[in-house]
Amino acid sequence: MKPAFTIFALLTLCLLSYALYAALVVAPTELTMGDVQRIFYYHVPSAWTAFILFTINFVASVVYLIKRSVKADIVALVSAEVGVVFCTVVLVTGPIWARPVWGIWWTWDIRLTTTLVLWLIYVAYLMLRRFSVGSQTALIAAVLAVFGALDVPLVYFSIWFFRTQHPSPVIGKGGSLDPVMAHVLLINWAAFMCFGFLVCWSRYRLEKVKRDTEETQALEALLEHGAPR
Amino acid sequence: MSSLSSITRATLEKDMRLEWRSKDTINSMLFFALLVVVIFSFAFNPTAEESRAIAGGLVWTAFLFAAVVALNQTWARELRNQVLDAYRVSPAPAVSLFLAKALGNFIFVSILEALMTPLFIVFYNLRALGPAWQLIPVAAFGTWALVVNGTFFAAISIRTRSREIMLPLLLFPISIPALLAMVEATTAILTGEDSAKFWIVLLGVYDLVFTSACLLLFERILHAE
Repeated sequence: MKPAFTIFALLTLCLLSYALYAALVVAPTELTMGDVQRIFYYHVPSAWTAFILFTINFVASVVYLIKRSVKADIVALVSAEVGVVFCTVVLVTGPIWARPVWGIWWTWDIRLTTTLVLWLIYVAYLMLRRFSVGSQTALIAAVLAVFGALDVPLVYFSIWFFRTQHPSPVIGKGGSLDPVMAHVLLINWAAFMCFGFLVCWSRYRLEKVKRDTEETQALEALLEHGAPR
Repeated sequence: MSSLSSITRATLEKDMRLEWRSKDTINSMLFFALLVVVIFSFAFNPTAEESRAIAGGLVWTAFLFAAVVALNQTWARELRNQVLDAYRVSPAPAVSLFLAKALGNFIFVSILEALMTPLFIVFYNLRALGPAWQLIPVAAFGTWALVVNGTFFAAISIRTRSREIMLPLLLFPISIPALLAMVEATTAILTGEDSAKFWIVLLGVYDLVFTSACLLLFERILHAE
């Protein structure tokens, strides 16, 4: 195992533990919602991490379409896989929070629906990769990723016009987030990003080994078959 | 440019003649849509006044499912006798082939809609309370939105295992904004409560974005090895 990977894994572990402590102990309890609000420190960082991973998937897919590099294809694959996992965390933690606070598990509001559609698009992407046969997988997957990315703004605008209920963003304009809460949120985001990249990294190495092995096996089979008897 | 349009026309004529002689696609689509209409009618009281509010969703869901039947045939037909490989080695621009297939599907689905709409009106007792002429741009833009991506994704799904299942799995998530726009615009026109303008513009933008993307990327898909 590469030392850089081990060091990064240990750092991520420390950061994750501190983030957990910060979210559960350091952060003040929210006045109206109470302790259930603490899910915010998992929900929001997971969402940001998922969106960043999907952006990486799009960039890697475009790079693949231009340069046809195997590395870009593996990056696109692993970022989509890990992105879908984080997006699932968002979609699961959201209703757990919404039930006591809004009184309903789910509402067809703009951010919820857009996130759900995004999840559907990337699950379709992963299914395409799984069902695809032969060597053209990388190309057709990259093309689908471009279509998915083009779709996101259209999904957002269509649902924006449709309806809106999600709490408006608390970061940036008009936000009134307690500084300690903001600090804890950012710590958690950093921890989740590190964790996401750690999983991507190890998945990247696994996929690389898998492809190298397949290539070697194919080559060996060819040599064996083609060898004079 | 002239070769582009002549090849498009030739391919389109060939597909139309094939369909005219067999009528496989149109018949299966029509029967499928009819089944959907009948099955939907069990889910609620179809002639009630409030069913007008969900009719837009019903009509487009039926057309969407039926369109998938036609879209699946688009390229599968060319796999027999290695016609697709012949296209690949021919010097004809890939874009003209794509346009011919997309236009062919547009014609099929439009015929389906023209034949099924009277049936919907009769079965569900529909009457537009808003400006009915706006249904024409909604239908035209909406159908194009479905078939342009559908034709493209059908070319992707023939390269996978279980290709018939793959097409809707790819097409439906990407089509969600277009479907939402079609359903909302139709409902707005039928109930006469809202303006459908925003949705028609959205459909136009969707068509523009994805037609460009399909035309730009189709060549790579056709020649993917």
